[in-house]
Amino acid sequence: MILWIAAALVGMAIIAFSFRYAGQVATSQSPYFRDMPFGVAYGYILGVACVIWLIWAYLQALSSDPAIANKYFFLRVAVEGFVLFAAVAWLFRLLGRTVGTAWSKHLFRSMPLTASFGILIIILYAIVSIFAGALAPYGQAEILPGVAANIIPGGDPNLGGNPDFPLGTDQIGRDIMSRLIYGAQNTVGIAFVTTLIAFFVGGSLGFLAATLGGWLDQILSRAVDVLMAIPSLIFALLLMTIASVWAPRLGIPLTVFMVLIIAVIDSTRVFRLARAVGQNIVVMDYIEAAKLRGEGLGYLVFKEILPNATAPLLAEFGLRFCFVFLMIAALSFLGVGIQPPLADWGTMVRDLSAFVNYAQFAPLAAVTPLLAAGAIALLTVAVNFVVDWMLQKTSGLKE
Amino acid sequence: MGNVLTIIAQRLMLGLLTLLIVSVVIFAAVNALPGDFAQTVLGQGATPEAVAAIRQDLGLDRSPIQRYFDWLGDALRGDLGTSFAQANFASYTGTNSGATTVAAQIGPRFANTMFLAMVTATIAVPVSIILGVLAALYRNTVFDRAANIFTLSSISSPEFFLAYILILLLAVLNPLLPPLSNIYDGMAFSERLEKSLLPALTLTLVVTAHMMRMTRAAIINLLASPYIEMARLKGLSPARVIVKHALPNALAPIINVVALNLAYLITGVVVVEVVFVYPGIGQLFVDSVKIRDIPVVQACCLIFATAYILLNLTADIMSILSNPRLRHPK
Amino acid sequence: MTKTSNEPLVKIRGLKLEGRSDEVWNPIINGVDLNLMPGEVLGLIGESGAGKSTLGLAAMGFTRDGVRISEGSVEFDGIDLLTASAAVKRGLLGKRIAYVAQSAAASFNPAHRLMDQHVEGPVQHDVMGTAESTEDGIELYRKLRLPNPDEIGFRYPHQVSGGQLQRAMTAMAMSCRPDLIIFDEPTTALDVTTQIEVLASIRDIVEQFNTAAIYITHDLAVVAQMADRIKVLLKGDEVETADTRTMLTAPTQDYTKSLWAVRSFERPQKPAIASGSVPVVSVQNVDAAYGTVPVLHDVSFDMHKGRTVAVVGESGSGKSTTARCITGLLPPASGQIMLDGVALPADYRKRSKDQLQQVQMIYQMADTALNPRMCVGDIIARPVQFYGGLRGADKRKRVDELLEQIELDPAEYYGRLPSELSGGQKQRIGIARALAAEPKFIICDEVTSALDQLVAEGILRLLARLQDELSLTYMFITHDLATVKAIADEVVVMKDGRVVEQGLKNDMFQPPHHPYTDLLLSSVPEMDPDWLTNLLAERGVDNIGDAAVGKMA
Repeated sequence: MILWIAAALVGMAIIAFSFRYAGQVATSQSPYFRDMPFGVAYGYILGVACVIWLIWAYLQALSSDPAIANKYFFLRVAVEGFVLFAAVAWLFRLLGRTVGTAWSKHLFRSMPLTASFGILIIILYAIVSIFAGALAPYGQAEILPGVAANIIPGGDPNLGGNPDFPLGTDQIGRDIMSRLIYGAQNTVGIAFVTTLIAFFVGGSLGFLAATLGGWLDQILSRAVDVLMAIPSLIFALLLMTIASVWAPRLGIPLTVFMVLIIAVIDSTRVFRLARAVGQNIVVMDYIEAAKLRGEGLGYLVFKEILPNATAPLLAEFGLRFCFVFLMIAALSFLGVGIQPPLADWGTMVRDLSAFVNYAQFAPLAAVTPLLAAGAIALLTVAVNFVVDWMLQKTSGLKE
Repeated sequence: MGNVLTIIAQRLMLGLLTLLIVSVVIFAAVNALPGDFAQTVLGQGATPEAVAAIRQDLGLDRSPIQRYFDWLGDALRGDLGTSFAQANFASYTGTNSGATTVAAQIGPRFANTMFLAMVTATIAVPVSIILGVLAALYRNTVFDRAANIFTLSSISSPEFFLAYILILLLAVLNPLLPPLSNIYDGMAFSERLEKSLLPALTLTLVVTAHMMRMTRAAIINLLASPYIEMARLKGLSPARVIVKHALPNALAPIINVVALNLAYLITGVVVVEVVFVYPGIGQLFVDSVKIRDIPVVQACCLIFATAYILLNLTADIMSILSNPRLRHPK
Repeated sequence: MTKTSNEPLVKIRGLKLEGRSDEVWNPIINGVDLNLMPGEVLGLIGESGAGKSTLGLAAMGFTRDGVRISEGSVEFDGIDLLTASAAVKRGLLGKRIAYVAQSAAASFNPAHRLMDQHVEGPVQHDVMGTAESTEDGIELYRKLRLPNPDEIGFRYPHQVSGGQLQRAMTAMAMSCRPDLIIFDEPTTALDVTTQIEVLASIRDIVEQFNTAAIYITHDLAVVAQMADRIKVLLKGDEVETADTRTMLTAPTQDYTKSLWAVRSFERPQKPAIASGSVPVVSVQNVDAAYGTVPVLHDVSFDMHKGRTVAVVGESGSGKSTTARCITGLLPPASGQIMLDGVALPADYRKRSKDQLQQVQMIYQMADTALNPRMCVGDIIARPVQFYGGLRGADKRKRVDELLEQIELDPAEYYGRLPSELSGGQKQRIGIARALAAEPKFIICDEVTSALDQLVAEGILRLLARLQDELSLTYMFITHDLATVKAIADEVVVMKDGRVVEQGLKNDMFQPPHHPYTDLLLSSVPEMDPDWLTNLLAERGVDNIGDAAVGKMA
């Protein structure tokens, strides 16, 4: 095995060398091939080899022998999914370039495909989570009487699916699609609210610390340092333990505690950023001019500092949202997050995870448990793509 | 050097102080529980005598400040207290030795977790630094863009998603590696390695993505500096520009990146251990949280926080040491 | 080598360069020709954005990221640099063509000693061995008059001062005895007294080794000392080329003439102040410190109505700190600031709105002085409303008046954002904002030093006119003595946080004066190409620059 890999690498090295040489001869020493380092040539060959393998594996997935096709089933899903997403994102960008105001058209014109994909996904998620009640065929906690657990998606009876439930039903007979749709509302909604609270608390304290400085800044910064010295997931778990004792006594749902705990933990990160951004702005001469004019704190923060901090704050909001979203998912996955009967993706992954092992016999069986996890990943990937694009845009403008 | 030593001493003191305050925070958080431990442990039906006996046994009848110092003093000696629910853990440790102290429970699991972290770091650190430097050198090429999409996706995915995908691909569809990590004492190293490989790969995916992106950013930042342009204008070969001029200055940011991500591993380890049923400290922690075994939760928290603070401190000190301005004062 | 032939060393024909911004390629240089003979020094001058640095680098066959050569040819000693292979170019760079960058502090690798970086070129290009090159480096350091030439090379860059680093970089460029050196604004970041030292040593060593050079700068007086021939660039186009003396005495193009004329603006000296009159602002025995580091020592001077007091000094002399004490940003440790004979509270937060209104400030960097998210109208309207209480149409009318005062059309500029303005226009908005408060006293902190000379002159004329119309008092902080000559009535010279000398402008520019003032005045380059030569002959090479300052201490 190792020998084979080594042989392949050496073989590619030889091909790379001859590729470069051929290029040099064919183009009669054009600067591109003449000055090409060997590593670059090797990189090209490696890339080509990867693409060839991918095509070969994809063809394997279409094989008529189910044993082979099953092995490469998920690769096929990945390739087809990737192409589909790329095509949809491209169409969406095309739409954005032709429809809308001059400003939005301009925005779409310079947008990379990843960002338009991200925006599209975010819009879809927003629609699903807002209209979950109308979209879902069944209730999120509704146990359908007389329905057996069936996790084969697609609803094709030949493969063992149930046409009434396109994504199947879980162990206790709840419709998985409805739970996924309600999960969007619960998970995304709760994460959004949590991020908002974290931003309000962390952001206002951060700007206050940056503007006023002095002892307030010192106390807040030291406190944040200490809170940040405890890994956030660990700290959240510790506090959730304590909250789980308090919650029933006070008659407040545990989810409320979770929102507050994560918001507080996350607001420390927001505080750091807001303070740093604020400090960069506070040293500007126009702030000094406003201070010397005798302006009050309110004017300084709302008219002079905040308008100049929107771009980094918006990007940070995206990142923080991802972080909160993943943390809630992780807590739910570990069994201490959003509590049943609320449908939620993290819990769904945990409940259905055992089915992954059936994939050996029927690859479709692994799809459903991964769907919830994939739904989480898709949204965070989408938000990250958009944030990445925003950050690049703002840093590019500075140059 | 005197200058550097003072700065390092200051950082060390600051780290210790932070640790002390963190221990206060953890202790205080646990003491914010309603009622008291004894009542919680014994449930509602307990007789007052039994409650009083346990209270005295656990030292709950003393003042919180005194208890804090007792706890801290014991923790420093390695005595992390008595687990409330030892019986619940007998099945996990695999050895029914009757170890009732928290330290006895945490000890072997801590070693397991360290092993997992080490395997991950051994794979992830070299791979991500090399890929990061390559992405920086060939930025805005197809390779860089593909790497960008790939790393962003793997950073954004929850750890359990990556874990299940790896299980699906490498354990279920292609049975190359075992899907569960049932590790026990006295296992041969190679077998232990094989069983830890899937969780380690999952962690590697996450950490590599982070490290690679940060390395790339650090190197790009560095390559834009005037002295790199100067080195090019002196007619030096690209390799020499990188090795002689970029790398010595990249050391500080790269060390920082590595330490920060090892610290990040600490959080990631919790979820991954649960997925793979890996008998490490993360899983113990989650189990203790669920059954509210307070002394174990407290101890795990303290250990995680200590490791986290230590790693950040190392990053700090290493970057001070690699800064020529501080190493060679005026 | 080729030093005696009649072929040009560098031959550039029809060179066009483009720079990328926002995915669009914009022209930087639109077709420039250039000839450089062996041993000749060509001065390349122009304002910021003229493309002189880009052209200088292109002469080495090098372009920065985001810049490309779209047309033309660059030949060095018969080798076409644009089609040469990377290996051939690497063989030329450092060995036969060397580069001296603007900021030596940033261009030396902080991780290596100066000498290690010095010998790298000769060793890599197989010109000399390490030992030989080290010897040679020490010799070059001695020739460049660096202090302690035997050991300065074994220090790290951050352990050496800016002026010394710039000379060490010149030595590094010389290490392979190149045929051509590109100097890219080598003295712009330095103080005047340091600059003169670096200029003298660069000129000396270039002459000694008969090296050809392209000297890029925006400072006419500097280029007059250094260059045999001058080429003037304007927005990527060549304006004219001539040898230095012809160019200085008989420029043919209007743009060149206007550049030359900048230095002629000078306001007449106003009569002395009647004794006993109350100064608008009086600084009395001020001591100040940042934390525990003392910065100002017993600073006192007066500023009278309708007068301009120029506060002159090099960086670190305490002139901006004095301004911070006057505005109340840095309360003095002792001493006081009087406004119209009344002591002001030390901290600006304790001053009344009326007191704050009387003292306004105009900043050096117009970019950071204007809120980028507010339109011009709002920026100016705020003080109008804040102090004058005007609202609605009255406010708008007042803002329009102010815009007219600073010579900008209200209809066109009211709604613009600062990013849509040029540097000079931004500075005008800064002035309008100060005027909007209707103050008695304005602090101008290096208001022209970030601007091109023509634009700067416009700002100075505007300030002078406003002073006469509104009888304002200016405190004019500057390090540029040409500005002082142009606008000041009185001068205060500061050094190391102390007032060294003060008096009327005309007296200051006449001897006898304090030795530091003398050094400062004599260090300012003049347009006369023989100025540096004469100065060196007159004062001796040991009595200029840091060496002279050191003697004074």
